[in-house]
Amino acid sequence: MISKSIIKEFETICGKDGVMTSEVDRQNYSYDAAVLDPVVPAAVVRPGTGGEIGKIVALCNDNSIPVTVRGAGTNLSGGTIPMGNGIVLLTNRMNRIIELNDVDMYVRVEPGVVTATLAAQVASRGLFYPPDPGSQAVSTIAGNVAENAGGLRGLKYGVTKDYVMSIEFYDAMGRRVTSGSKTVKCVTGYNLAGLMTSSEGTLGIFSEITLKLIPPPQASKAMMAIYDSVEDATQTVAAIIADKIVPCTLELMDNFTINAVEDFSKAGLPRDAKALLLIEVDGHPVQVAEDGAKVEAICRKLGARHVQVAQNDAEKAKVWEARRAALSALARLKPTLVLEDATVPRSKIPAMVSAIEGLSRKYNLPIGTFGHAGDGNLHPTILTDRRDNDQWHRTERCVSDLFDAALALGGTLSGEHGIGIAKSGFLKNEVGQSSIDFSRAMKAAIDPNTILNPGKIIGC
Amino acid sequence: MSDINELAQSLKDIENQLTDCMKCGMCQAVCPVFKETGNEGDVARGKIFLLERLSDLMLTDAKGVKTRLDKCLMCGTCASNCPSGVKILEIFIKARAALTEYIGLSPVKKLIFRGMLKHPERMNALIEAASKLQGLGTSQADPELGTQCSKLLSRFIGDRHFLPLSKNPLHKTTPSLDSPVGKSGIKVAFFPGCVTDKMNPEIGLATLKVLKHHGVGVFMPKGQACCGIPALASGDRKTFDSLLDQNTALFAEMDFDYLITPCATCTATIKEIWPMMARNNSKSRSRADEWAPKTMDISQFLVDVLHVEPSGQNAGQQALSVTYHDPCHLQKSLGVSSQPRQIIRANPGCEFVEMNAAGTCCGNGGSFNLQNYDLSRSIGMKKRENILSTGASIVATSCPACMMQIRDVLSQNHDNVKVKHVIEIYADSLE
Ligand SMILES: Cc1cc2nc3c(=O)[nH]c(=O)nc-3n(C[C@H](O)[C@H](O)[C@H](O)COP(=O)(O)OP(=O)(O)OC[C@H]3O[C@@H](n4cnc5c(N)ncnc54)[C@H](O)[C@@H]3O)c2cc1C
Ligand code: SF4
Ligand code: SF4
Repeated sequence: MISKSIIKEFETICGKDGVMTSEVDRQNYSYDAAVLDPVVPAAVVRPGTGGEIGKIVALCNDNSIPVTVRGAGTNLSGGTIPMGNGIVLLTNRMNRIIELNDVDMYVRVEPGVVTATLAAQVASRGLFYPPDPGSQAVSTIAGNVAENAGGLRGLKYGVTKDYVMSIEFYDAMGRRVTSGSKTVKCVTGYNLAGLMTSSEGTLGIFSEITLKLIPPPQASKAMMAIYDSVEDATQTVAAIIADKIVPCTLELMDNFTINAVEDFSKAGLPRDAKALLLIEVDGHPVQVAEDGAKVEAICRKLGARHVQVAQNDAEKAKVWEARRAALSALARLKPTLVLEDATVPRSKIPAMVSAIEGLSRKYNLPIGTFGHAGDGNLHPTILTDRRDNDQWHRTERCVSDLFDAALALGGTLSGEHGIGIAKSGFLKNEVGQSSIDFSRAMKAAIDPNTILNPGKIIGC
Repeated sequence: MSDINELAQSLKDIENQLTDCMKCGMCQAVCPVFKETGNEGDVARGKIFLLERLSDLMLTDAKGVKTRLDKCLMCGTCASNCPSGVKILEIFIKARAALTEYIGLSPVKKLIFRGMLKHPERMNALIEAASKLQGLGTSQADPELGTQCSKLLSRFIGDRHFLPLSKNPLHKTTPSLDSPVGKSGIKVAFFPGCVTDKMNPEIGLATLKVLKHHGVGVFMPKGQACCGIPALASGDRKTFDSLLDQNTALFAEMDFDYLITPCATCTATIKEIWPMMARNNSKSRSRADEWAPKTMDISQFLVDVLHVEPSGQNAGQQALSVTYHDPCHLQKSLGVSSQPRQIIRANPGCEFVEMNAAGTCCGNGGSFNLQNYDLSRSIGMKKRENILSTGASIVATSCPACMMQIRDVLSQNHDNVKVKHVIEIYADSLE
């Protein structure tokens, strides 16, 4: 519990309507998109400025009250599940685009700006902000930075971290810290903005972020290649890259997912196909035409039984509709959906796909696999029912085995969804104890009272 | 019922629907209320979570949950965008009923629903009396739109601008009808709905004119009751059941090919909510199930069944420009959106202009408008901006409730745009 006098102080800082203490309001900030148990915070505060963030954090630090900062609450690793004696700090009042500079090609934003809103605003000025997580219609920029979110365009354009130029944040004492710059190059001091990226709210609370923008591609071409074996599909992925072509998007769907999508949207996908590759190349029109033709030829050469090249925008939209429907289609099959993002080196995708199929059989759980084949970031999606103890127990063991499989193939626990609490127990398997010790020592120095999102990433 | 365990038990009925929600939060992107408030409790994910917690007895403040549930337009935008296909409106309706059962209906609502709504004759008499008295204390708000505002009523309705109750409601000028089948060979049952009947009888008359023009026989039984959605949305199942029984008994008196309404909300209610909520194994249930596939909005009937087509003529300079607002209960609940546009185009004197975000809720939401007027108005103001930027002289729609809201936001600003039902526009083009 937080004392009445501290609640009053929060109200002085954020205004009465910026503090929520009723049972139902607090309940509503006890969960996120991860399949984990909710924890109800003691209060929820909604600052409107960086200055208010600073005051809130200072007050919490003085009273050892844990602070969990929350954007849209769509992360899949429990990063916004608070402590029962702590507060949730909501950023969605701070949702202004402060400056969009088309000459120097950057944009300065408050933390709560919604990704898609930003991308649309940038596009309307003739520029391009590439990171496009599947949740972009609701996710916030600070949430993207704090998770280093990826998206469909990661292969060619990189992920959120590749666009972070500078971050202004408040440290655990409530002091304002800036790092990075609006210049393309900057080497003044430690790369604190880099440190803040994927920090999941454990090292500082962002109040302003400057992001790099680029000119948009002038043309693009999309196609769908149909395969009778996953191996052929993944060989194609490797061959495309080996030919020095970097498609902006290179997505894979397995047979289970194809059938789920077909049941759901009757898009006319081949139910008997073992895998689909959905590919888009973009850039200068001449290069797009050339790359497109080369990719098509590679697909055919490596065993695609059919390659459908989108001839117009409508056909292109259809290609991506199938991919976008994947999660929806799988979600309808079972009450609980566990969306994983273990990632392996590209060349290991066939091994990973067959490991996943093996686990599906071993634990008798349906798993649909789709995802960013181009960068090795697959989304094995386990369909289960959390209310059924036996099924849930099998799911937990399956997830654990899945991590082992990814690590054994030289991969990583998480390509883009973060560690949070869901994977913090597995972190050691990947990075080793010394890395955890180093991180803990750093955290202890920066946040001596452990108030910034305790328990996430490196445990307690 | 007053035991929270019983409430939790009755919520178990919808437990499967609740668990379908994967808490992805994608509904935040489209919910008009969340857009205004940014509060997790105002969007489907939050409401569903609260219900889960209540049914698991992890939360005891049922009243608090009810206030969050009530802060909802029931527009279904979330449901039509939910990746998981969660039956959100069904959850909300059933949960509102369970919570109302537990908490009880407010005295005012009890009076309105059980004292009036449930008894169509009583309600008609009362409204007739009111229509005679309404000049008292009201003043004309906007002569162009014909709206009024009321100082006397402002305690209850704020400073809304509303159309006066009609002195000639449809149930008086046309109490019942059984016209013969004409050249179309089709007989329809006609359900005008309360707002058409009592405030906008011209919509009902326009519908009848159009049906006659196309040689459609009309069966309109006397003494029709409200479709029941206002009561059900307030969780009053008893009143809903009684209204449903009255209506289904009336319409069972004659065979018909289609059941037609000019009201998006009534159409969606009859088509989807009646079968969903009618008591199992009741007469009403089997009738509701039988009629659901035959129930249609008037525009859909004209286009899909009678094949009314755009006029193809160009009215040139003289053309009246008309834009269209998609009522949630037609577009999102029933997927009807092209047909009303076709019907506007069927009037050769009109030129159709699309508005931005035509499918975004107008913010009325039935009793939401009464309970959260400021929110409702600020959602409505966005609709107004989109209407005005088309430059159209008429905004048409397919739901008298949306018309009420749109009229209010336009009238508040003295905008020179007329609000009409699509069917009036088409009827105007017929001799
Ligand atoms: C349907 C769906 C699809 C998704 N698709 C993708 C995808 O394609 N790629 C991908 O990478 N992820 C994806 N995600 C995961 C998720 O959307 C991302 O992690 C996203 O970046 C989270 O943003 P948010 O605003 O919801 O952040 P939240 O969930 O609110 O927070 C995430 C983390 O950021 C921290 N944080 C938030 N704001 C701040 C701040 N101001 N300062 C410091 N820390 C902060 C929080 O404490 C938390 O640890 C998906 C999720 C869903 C539900
Ligand atoms: S979009 Fe659907 S599944 Fe996702 S949180 Fe909202 S209601 Fe739940
Ligand atoms: S029905 Fe409309 S107002 Fe209610 S939660 Fe869904 S989108 Fe929001």
